[in-house]
Amino acid sequence: MNALFVICGIGVFSLLAEVFNLKKWVTLVSFGGLVLAVAVMILDWSAISYYYHGMLFFDRFAIAFTCLILIISIFWYWMSGDFFKGEAHRTDKSALVFFVITGALMMVAFNNMAVLFLGIEILSISLYVLAGSNKENLFSTEAAFKYFLMGSFATGFLLFGMTLVYGATGSFNIPAIANFIAGHQTLPRFLYVGILLMMVGLAFKISAVPFHAWAPDVYEGSPTPITALMSTVVKIGAFAAFVKIFSVCFVRFDHSLAVFEQGIMVLTLIVANVTAVYQTNVKRMLAYSSVGQVGYLLLAFSSDNAHSSGIIFYYLSAYAIASIMAFTVVQIIETKRGSANIINFHGLLKSNPLMAMAMTVSMLSLAGIPPLAGFFGKYLVFTLSISKGFVVLTVVAVITSLIGVYYYFKPIVAMYQSTGQPISVSKSQKVLLSILIFLNLLTGLFPDLLRVI
Amino acid sequence: MLTALLILLPLLASAAIITLKPSMGKFLAFATSFLVLVISIVVAFHFDKNETNPQFSIDLPWVTSLGINFSVGIDGISMLLVLLTTLLMPGIILSSLNDASKPPSFYSLILLMQSALIGVFTARDGFLFYLFWEIALIPVYFICLVWGGENRGRITLKFFIYTLTGSLFMLVALIYLYYQTPGTHTFAIQALYEAGRALGETQQVFVFVALFLAFAIKMPVFPFHTWQPDTYTVAPVQGTMLLSAIMLKMGIYGVIRWLIPVVPYAVKQWGPVALILSVVGIVYASCIAIVQKDFKRVIAYSSIAHVGLISAGLLTLSVVGMQGAMIQMLSHGIVVFALFYIVEIISERTKTRDLSHLGGIRNVAPMLASVFIVVMLGSVALPLTSGFVGEFLLINSLVQYKLWIGSVAGLTIILGAVYMLRTFQKSMSGETNAMTALLTDLNYHERLVLFPVVILIVIIGVYPGPLLGISETAVTNLLSLYSTISASVK
Repeated sequence: MNALFVICGIGVFSLLAEVFNLKKWVTLVSFGGLVLAVAVMILDWSAISYYYHGMLFFDRFAIAFTCLILIISIFWYWMSGDFFKGEAHRTDKSALVFFVITGALMMVAFNNMAVLFLGIEILSISLYVLAGSNKENLFSTEAAFKYFLMGSFATGFLLFGMTLVYGATGSFNIPAIANFIAGHQTLPRFLYVGILLMMVGLAFKISAVPFHAWAPDVYEGSPTPITALMSTVVKIGAFAAFVKIFSVCFVRFDHSLAVFEQGIMVLTLIVANVTAVYQTNVKRMLAYSSVGQVGYLLLAFSSDNAHSSGIIFYYLSAYAIASIMAFTVVQIIETKRGSANIINFHGLLKSNPLMAMAMTVSMLSLAGIPPLAGFFGKYLVFTLSISKGFVVLTVVAVITSLIGVYYYFKPIVAMYQSTGQPISVSKSQKVLLSILIFLNLLTGLFPDLLRVI
Repeated sequence: MLTALLILLPLLASAAIITLKPSMGKFLAFATSFLVLVISIVVAFHFDKNETNPQFSIDLPWVTSLGINFSVGIDGISMLLVLLTTLLMPGIILSSLNDASKPPSFYSLILLMQSALIGVFTARDGFLFYLFWEIALIPVYFICLVWGGENRGRITLKFFIYTLTGSLFMLVALIYLYYQTPGTHTFAIQALYEAGRALGETQQVFVFVALFLAFAIKMPVFPFHTWQPDTYTVAPVQGTMLLSAIMLKMGIYGVIRWLIPVVPYAVKQWGPVALILSVVGIVYASCIAIVQKDFKRVIAYSSIAHVGLISAGLLTLSVVGMQGAMIQMLSHGIVVFALFYIVEIISERTKTRDLSHLGGIRNVAPMLASVFIVVMLGSVALPLTSGFVGEFLLINSLVQYKLWIGSVAGLTIILGAVYMLRTFQKSMSGETNAMTALLTDLNYHERLVLFPVVILIVIIGVYPGPLLGISETAVTNLLSLYSTISASVK
C-alpha cells in the first residue's frame, strides 16, 4: 500500500518539479523512489490487509504482482534514460510514466470495480499522451490517436459491463458480487451480458485477438521506451486485473467463461503468431509477439483459473524480463542505425557481441528454449493444461510456439551473419543488459525462486 | 560424484573461456577436454561391469515443486557413449587449430555441447534428460549458424525447427508420463518406467509415437532425414563432427533408454514398422550416396545408411542386435569423425569438395591417402576394422529376425563399398590435376588427430571384447526386463 503512495508521490513531484525548478532532481528521485517502493512492498510481504473500506486488497497475489511491476519499472527506467534526455517536457513525461505505474498498481490490488476502472483510466489516459509524445513523428501521432479512439471504445464496453453487473448484484465490491452470485440460483439475464462486456473491455487491454487490432500500429508508432512500457508494465497490470476479476468475481461461471477464453486464446495464438512471421520490422514483430504471448497466459488461466495465478506470475515475469531486454537492444539499434528493420540487425554479433547475446537470450527465452526462463513459463503452462485434460489445446499451443521459434529466430539469424559497423553502448546499458541476461538464466535454472504465489 | 564432474567441468570451462584471449581460450578448451577424457577413462577403469544399477550416481533435489531432481549416473550403455564423447572432443578441438580465426566463443560452444551431451547420456530424470537434450541443440545450432557455409541461415533454421518439433512431442509425452506417476508426481526414471508400463495399449502407442518422433528426427531415420544432408554440408567441419559423430547417437540412446523400457508393449507392436523404415533408409541413403558429387554429401548420406542399420538392429530387440548397436555407435562415431576431417583437410587445401575436380591425391599426399584407406575400410566394415564387429552383429541379428530383412540390410555392406570405393577412386587415385597438385601432406596437428583414430579403428576391430563387456550386463538386463513385460501383455 505504501508503495502506491510512493509512486503517486513521485508522479506529483515530477509535475511540481517543472514549476519549482527541480528538474535535475527528477531522475534521482524517480529512481530512488522506485527502489524505495520495492523495499516497502517486500517488507509488507506478510501484511495481508484491506485499505479504504475494502476498496483495495493487498493479498499475496497483489503484493507479488506489485513487486513485479515495480521491479520491471526500475529496469524500464534504466533502459529509457534517453527518453527523458530531450529538452522539452521532461518532467511531464516522467510524471505521466509514474501515473501509468500507479494505474497498473491499482489494477492488481483493486477490490472494487470502481478502483479497477480508476486504475485503468489513470493508466490509459497517461498512455494516450505518452504514445504521442514524439510529436514530430507522424506515426507517433497516429499511434496516440488510434490508441485513444480504440481505448475509449473499450473503456465504454468495460464501463457498460460494470453497470450491468452492478445492476444485477447491487455492489461494486468484488467479494460482495461473488457472494451475491453464489447465493442466488436465478440471476438476471443482463448479468451475463455485463460479464461478457467486461471480458471484451479487458481483452482489449490485454490485446487478445480479436481485440488486438490497435496493438501493432500503436506499438510500432509509439516511441520505443513507451512500447516497452506498454508491453511489460501495462500488460502485467491488465492481465492481473483480468485474472482477478474472472477468478474471484465470476468464479461460478468458470466453465461457461472458459469456452470464451479458449476461443479467444486459440484465435490469439494462431492469428498473432502467424502474422508475426511476415513482419520485417523487429519492433512490429515484438508487438505481435506480445499479443501472441497472451495466448499462453490465457491457456493457463482457462485451464484452471483458481490455481493458475502462480504460473501466470512466473510466465509474466519471464516474459517481461525478456521483453525489456529485447526493447533495450531495439532502442539502441534505432538510435544508432535509424530503424528497427531486420536489415539493421545484420552483423550485430561483430558490431557489439553483448547486444547480440542479450537479443539472443531474449529471443530464445520468448521462443521458449531451455534453459531460459521463458521455457519454464511455457512448460508450466503446458503441464497445467495437460493435467486438466486440454490436450488438443496444448497441441495447438505447441504448434504455435514452433511458429514462434521461426520468427524469433529471424533476428538471431540476421545478427550472426555478415559484418557491420561497430556499435558502442554506454556503461549503464552494458550493466543493464548483463543483469537482465543473468536474471533470465537464474530464473530459468531455478524457477522455484519465482514460484511465490 | 564423478559423473557430475564430467558434466560440470566442461560447463564451467565453457563459461570461463568467453572471457579469455583467443590463444588462451583454445588452450583451455583443449586442456579441459583432455582432462575430461582422463576422468572418463578413470571412470571406465573403476566401472563394475557386473553391476546392474547405475554407478557413480548423484541425486540432488532441484526444482522440488515440480518433482525434478538433478539425478545422473552411469551404467554400461551410458559408459560407452560417455567414452565416445570424451574421446572425440579433444580431437574435434584439435581439428580446428589449423584455423586461427576461431574466436573463444567457438570453443565455449563446443564445451557447452560436451557438457550437454554427457548430460543426455547420464541423466536419470526425465526432465533433466529433456533439458540436456535441448541444450545440446543450442550450441551446435550457433556453431553452424555463425561459422557455416552458404545459405546457412535458412538451412540451420530448418534443422533447428525440425529437431525442436520432435523434442516438443517428446516433452508432451514426458509430461503425460509424469502425471501418471503416483502421489506427488516425479520425473525419476524408475517412476516413469513404471508409469509407462502401466498404461493401456492405446496410451502406450501414443507415447511411443511422440517419443519415437523425437528420436527418429535426431538420428535421422528415413523419412525424417531431410534436414540432415544440407545441415551436414553447410556446417563447419567441427559442427558436422559434433552432429554426426556424437549427436545422432542421442537418438539411438533415447530409443534404448527412454523408449524400449517405457512402452514395451507399443515397441513390440510398432517396433517392426520403425525397423522397416530403418531398412528402407539404409538402401535409399546408400543409393543416393553413390551418385553424389560433393565429397561431404557422400559421407552425410553414408551416415544415414549406417544409422539405419544401427536402429534396425536395435529394434530386433535381441542381445546380439543391441550389443552390435552399442559397438557400432562407437565405431561409427570414430570413423565418421575421421572421414569428415579428411574431407575438411582436402577441401581446405584445394578449395573444393567436388569429386569431379579432385583426383590423384595419393601421388602428392601419400600419408593422407593411407589414412583415408584405413578409415574407409572401417566404414565399409572390412574384417579386423572396428566397423566389422558392429555390422556383423547387427546384420546377424537382422538375419535371425527375418532372413529377407537381413539380406536387404546386408546390402549396406555392398553399397557402402561401392560408394566409398568410388569416392576413393575419384579423389585419391587417377591423375593429379591443377587443383590437387599443390596439396600438401598431413601436418603435425592432423597427424596428432588422425593417427590415434587409425589405431583405435584397428584395435577395436581386432579386440572388441572389453568394450562389448562394458555394455553387456546393462543390455541383457534391459532386454530380459523387456521380454518378461512384453510377454505378460497379451
